[in-house]
Amino acid sequence: MAAAIVELKSVFKSYWRDRLEIPVLQDISFEIPAGAFYALMGPSGSGKTTILNLLAGIDRPTSGQVIVGGEEISSLTESELARWRSAHIGFVFQFYNLMPVLNAFENVELPLLLTKLNRKERRRHVETALSIVGLADRMDHYPNQLSGGQEQRVAIARALVTDPDIILADEPTGDLDKQSAEDVMSLLEQLNHDFQKTIIMVTHDPRAAERANIRSTLDKGELIKA
Amino acid sequence: MRVVKLIAYNTRRHPLRTTLTVLGLAVTVVAFSVIRTTIDAWYAGADAASPNRLVTRHAVSFTFLLPMSHQSKIESVDGVTGVAAGTWFGGTYIEPKNFFPQFAVDHEEYMRIYPEFVVPPEQMEAFRRERNAVLVGRRLADRFMWKLGDAVRLTGTVFPGDWDCVIRGIYIGAKEDTDETLWFMRWDYIDERLRQESPGRAGWVGWFVVEIDDPSQAAAISERIDAFFDNSRAETKTETEEAFNLGFVEMGSSIVLGLQIVSVMVIGVILLVLGNTMAMTARERVSEYAVLKTLGFRPIHLIGLIFGESLFIAALGAVAGLLVSVPALVLIRIQLEAFFPVFSVRVLTVMLAVGASMLVGLLAAIVPTVKAVRTRIVDGLRTID
Repeated sequence: MAAAIVELKSVFKSYWRDRLEIPVLQDISFEIPAGAFYALMGPSGSGKTTILNLLAGIDRPTSGQVIVGGEEISSLTESELARWRSAHIGFVFQFYNLMPVLNAFENVELPLLLTKLNRKERRRHVETALSIVGLADRMDHYPNQLSGGQEQRVAIARALVTDPDIILADEPTGDLDKQSAEDVMSLLEQLNHDFQKTIIMVTHDPRAAERANIRSTLDKGELIKA
Repeated sequence: MRVVKLIAYNTRRHPLRTTLTVLGLAVTVVAFSVIRTTIDAWYAGADAASPNRLVTRHAVSFTFLLPMSHQSKIESVDGVTGVAAGTWFGGTYIEPKNFFPQFAVDHEEYMRIYPEFVVPPEQMEAFRRERNAVLVGRRLADRFMWKLGDAVRLTGTVFPGDWDCVIRGIYIGAKEDTDETLWFMRWDYIDERLRQESPGRAGWVGWFVVEIDDPSQAAAISERIDAFFDNSRAETKTETEEAFNLGFVEMGSSIVLGLQIVSVMVIGVILLVLGNTMAMTARERVSEYAVLKTLGFRPIHLIGLIFGESLFIAALGAVAGLLVSVPALVLIRIQLEAFFPVFSVRVLTVMLAVGASMLVGLLAAIVPTVKAVRTRIVDGLRTID
């Protein structure tokens, strides 16, 4: 079995509402091997998106360790985390979160603006990413000129354009019709299979979860099946 | 370049809001430019004063006259190279709204002491020859379409009666800030008539312009002149021409102060307007900023985006305002020519207007930027599940 690319060790996470502590994750520990296609399921409020946020370094655990790619990310500063994310993580949101004022090409190019690539190299990377998601002919289109499925594929192209180690997907099919959801899942499968990307996906959708080769369920802050 | 494009695109997301904000800034720049230019025009007389000239007036008040006999005594003071008398005439040309400044002056010396009023020699000679001759500034002549030889009648207010004069000279200013709206008539024309009609008023003048050879001795010479007339029936107060002119300006200092306060308040108001625009903008884009942070953008990038947009709007407003200011100031100059003969925009005013706009742009972006930077990504995404 491949070495673990993600390790959670005794992770606790609570939110505070006024003075009331709301525990979300309780003593979560698990590993995800490199190259896995991992699906995390669970009902609303179970804490699955919180786990995804912890893995992306956009949230911090109350206690415990989050180790991604051998790096203990919960100890990094915000700026270090930002740099780390831009180099190692691709993030796919449920509602695509594309910049409405930028076209598909420019949206995909956004993460590359943080790199030292020149304009020509950036163009090559973006065209490659859009070709992989099958939207090379839509690069001049703005988000409002694309279907939901196409928008999500642009978002996936944006996530993979920097060639990250891990792609984190938060309900990537949650806002899509059945056919578009199938297309997106096939694309994620392809990225996992052909490009050896580790995919960690949070989903409600059992059919989407079936595409993963590792599945876990989170319930009331506890990982009950792995 | 993409970031610049993003900033430019962001400003177009709400065209009406951005347009109104830019227009607000433009109006502010126009108001600021007009107010500053008006204040500059107020001080133009003092700025144009020569360090080689002193003004001697009555010690009690400018409204008290001095005897013409003082002239020869002042001439005898050490350091004085020339003396010319001047008096405010204050007549009306056809009707009061046609106001322009009129002075009755010593026709031999006055123009020599004021070399910035350039009069062709033959016209100066004509002014010397005829007692009812007058010299007028080029812009004053243009205003009333006067030409050489035109007969002009003024109705006196300080010196009652009709005063028939002939335009014998049209001067031009040697410098850009030289007042070209003045009317110079001969003092002896008035004095001669006063001797006939009201002898008690003859032989008096409003002030003496004193030419000195060394400006660094202005204070000492002033003291010597005033000492000369101590305990006389018309004690004097001598000061530099600049101080004399500023004395007039100071009469309206409250108005100037009011204008300055208004100019600052105008900037304060537009700061609130742009600040509100940027606050709304940042609030609407909380999730976008969170996405950018998720992609690896750091606070410095958000600072660049928000400040960039705010400065971009401020710059648009400044440019629009300056473009509108030019014709606005020309119109105002035409309307207020009689009161502000020197009414031109200074480079400093343009720089201050642009600088104030940019400052407003910077200040307006601070709070939205702090908020955007401090907002946690998860809060911005609102995806706590």
